[in-house]
Amino acid sequence: MLNKTLNISTSPHAVQGVSTADIMRNVVWALLPAAFFGVYAFGLSALFLLITTTVSAVLTEHFLCRFSNKESTVSDWSAVITGLLLGMTLPPNFPLWMAFLGGVISITLGKFIFGGLGCNVFNPALVGRAFLQAAFPVAITTWYPAFLPDRFSTYSVATFTLPFMEPALDGFTGATPLAAFKFSHQATAIPELALGLISGSTGETCAVLIILGGLYLIARNMMNWRIPASILLTVFAFCGLLNLINSELYPTPLFMLFSGGLMLGAVFMATDLVASPVTPLGNWVYGAIIGLLVVVIRIWGGLPEGVMYAVLLGNAISPHIDNLIKPRVYGTGKR
Amino acid sequence: MQTMSQADTTEPTISLKMLKAMVGIGIVCACLIALTFEYTLPRIENLKAEALNKAISIVIPGMVTKKTFGVDRNNNLLEVNNKDKSPHLLYAGYDENGKLMGLAVEASGIGFGGVLRILYGYDPEKQAITGFHVLESKETPGLGDKIEKSSDFLENFRALDVSLNEDNVTLKHKITVVKNGAKKNPWEIDGITGATISSRAIGNILADSTRQMAPLINRHKSNLEKN
Amino acid sequence: MSVPAKTKTGFLDSLEKSPATDIFLKGLWRKNPTFVQVIGMCPVLAVSNTAENALAMGLATAFVLLMSNTLVSILRFVIPKQVRISCYILIIATFVTMADYAIQAMSVELHKALGAFISLIVVNCLILGRAEAFASKNTVETSVLDALGMGAGFTFALFCLGAVRELLGNGSLFGIAVFPASFQEWVVMMLPAGGFFTLALWLFIFNAVKRAKQNKERGKALP
Repeated sequence: MLNKTLNISTSPHAVQGVSTADIMRNVVWALLPAAFFGVYAFGLSALFLLITTTVSAVLTEHFLCRFSNKESTVSDWSAVITGLLLGMTLPPNFPLWMAFLGGVISITLGKFIFGGLGCNVFNPALVGRAFLQAAFPVAITTWYPAFLPDRFSTYSVATFTLPFMEPALDGFTGATPLAAFKFSHQATAIPELALGLISGSTGETCAVLIILGGLYLIARNMMNWRIPASILLTVFAFCGLLNLINSELYPTPLFMLFSGGLMLGAVFMATDLVASPVTPLGNWVYGAIIGLLVVVIRIWGGLPEGVMYAVLLGNAISPHIDNLIKPRVYGTGKR
Repeated sequence: MQTMSQADTTEPTISLKMLKAMVGIGIVCACLIALTFEYTLPRIENLKAEALNKAISIVIPGMVTKKTFGVDRNNNLLEVNNKDKSPHLLYAGYDENGKLMGLAVEASGIGFGGVLRILYGYDPEKQAITGFHVLESKETPGLGDKIEKSSDFLENFRALDVSLNEDNVTLKHKITVVKNGAKKNPWEIDGITGATISSRAIGNILADSTRQMAPLINRHKSNLEKN
Repeated sequence: MSVPAKTKTGFLDSLEKSPATDIFLKGLWRKNPTFVQVIGMCPVLAVSNTAENALAMGLATAFVLLMSNTLVSILRFVIPKQVRISCYILIIATFVTMADYAIQAMSVELHKALGAFISLIVVNCLILGRAEAFASKNTVETSVLDALGMGAGFTFALFCLGAVRELLGNGSLFGIAVFPASFQEWVVMMLPAGGFFTLALWLFIFNAVKRAKQNKERGKALP
């Protein structure tokens, strides 16, 4: 006899599916251009930062799996995404010890406490960032200038701050395009914003590369295009309306779209497969709520940037959206 | 019949028992509270007065004796007794020779976390604010409460200019809070990085209060200098 | 089959025959109000931002608990069943008011820091719970011991939270700087959210210790 076992299973007899690890690996590929741009724009500090958050997230995942006597889930690449995303939302000169702590918090509080991959209520990277924002509000709003001439030979003094010590402030505070608009009403030109020739978080500056990464994932059918589309459309429409009412007070919709972490948030954060709604209509609603929140927080809130809180709040209500918008089960009649 | 009579006899006794127990416990408790109150009251008042004195001597360095003033409806300064329940707004501090050292003014406004009540020192000679002390605050610990602790921030109030125009009614310059490190004029306050809202709140409280109080104090200067 | 019955008699035994220390230790450790029973959480989360506040709050609660347990136990045959809850509340409120005045007389600063949470001891379910569940059914001596144990357990738990939050949030313990001046404060620890994080951490540690102990005992019983 041939040494072959016959597989008996019920339908559907799918030959080969796309595994979680496949999708996650592709998300990492899609993130890399924007991350590399961050390193190119901000130099060594940004490189160290991204490596630290990624290593921290992966190590935490591995350690926690071992601790709870489970098989290590590092190989599904999801921890790499969390770490990379976290690093991309932090300022390039963020002290490494804080970044490491952020990675640990992301995985433990954002993911593992709920039961690991597939059970997280919130986007883990944003949980980590929210913790860092609450714990170290000064360090996380200290920005670093982009395209310094010696950025590949020197790094920010703050980067290698000793653990638990206060970083030296060598950056400048509150001078991102959003902050400049909020506090001194200076708008930055759109091409500069789109190409990322500005200061900001490590991976959020170059909107064009983020969009390209998103398009790659959409083309491979690995991302729900409705969510970013809905967020960006809502922001554009809402901000456009405000701008029509009073163009002095409110920024132009294009400025709103390309500044801050909106692109990164809409394309890579809000689309977290687990923490977003299931149905297509639910996705549109979810995106619209996040878009509205982003504009509301940015314009009327105390902080210049609101994408993080908007996405976290969106995550929180996404199960309720699913509950309210249930597709009709085939054959059960019309309500 | 039997049950009826039973209910008739038992119910009043139960209510009476309940009434007795509750009244008894109530009386005992009331006595306990009254005793504690009587016993602790002098000490509490002492401590409160001490805290106030300490706060005043922080904003008026060198103060030995003080007088308390209130503002009546016609914007007149009136000396009030310490035991008086009317809101004390102003304390005049004197050195041992009875010379006016400065004034401590109470002011309040909305901070980041709620009401912010401060006491600030005003020197009528220099027409400047000479310091401030937070009496009540709900600012974020470690962030907003830097307004009390940051020595760089407190340095702003060593001599914050609030001089009056020639008409003695309006201020020459409004107190403004600027970004950290951007202070150029003596009437500007260097804000605190990370506690922008709290430091602005202090500026606003001082600006509002001095707009009303500085002309008033100036008008009654001779009245205040008498000791 | 025999396992639940065994634990039940064991528990009853401990209540009836065990020495005084056992009643005390029950509150401090085995049935710690915060870490095991998870009751009376409002002050635990609200005023545990510094070690001093936490300790003062714990001691104030322990004082009220001790006095109310004693009085309730003394009066346990006098208080009619129908109005017992209102009587307990009356007694508890009295001692809370006394504690309030006492703290004010000790330090105005401390009173300001604890704020409304002193008055809120009245509604701390730990105190009413002990009055109803223990003091009203037990002798004065055991009620005093129970109150001391529970009070100590509550104070200990609050101190655990307060110490961690002050260390990380302010770099100090009891107002004395522990770390060098360049220590970076974790602002979140001073905020209400920090209370939840720290509580979660301690609950985790408590449960991990408990589970390790159980595993050890099970390991002993098997061979």
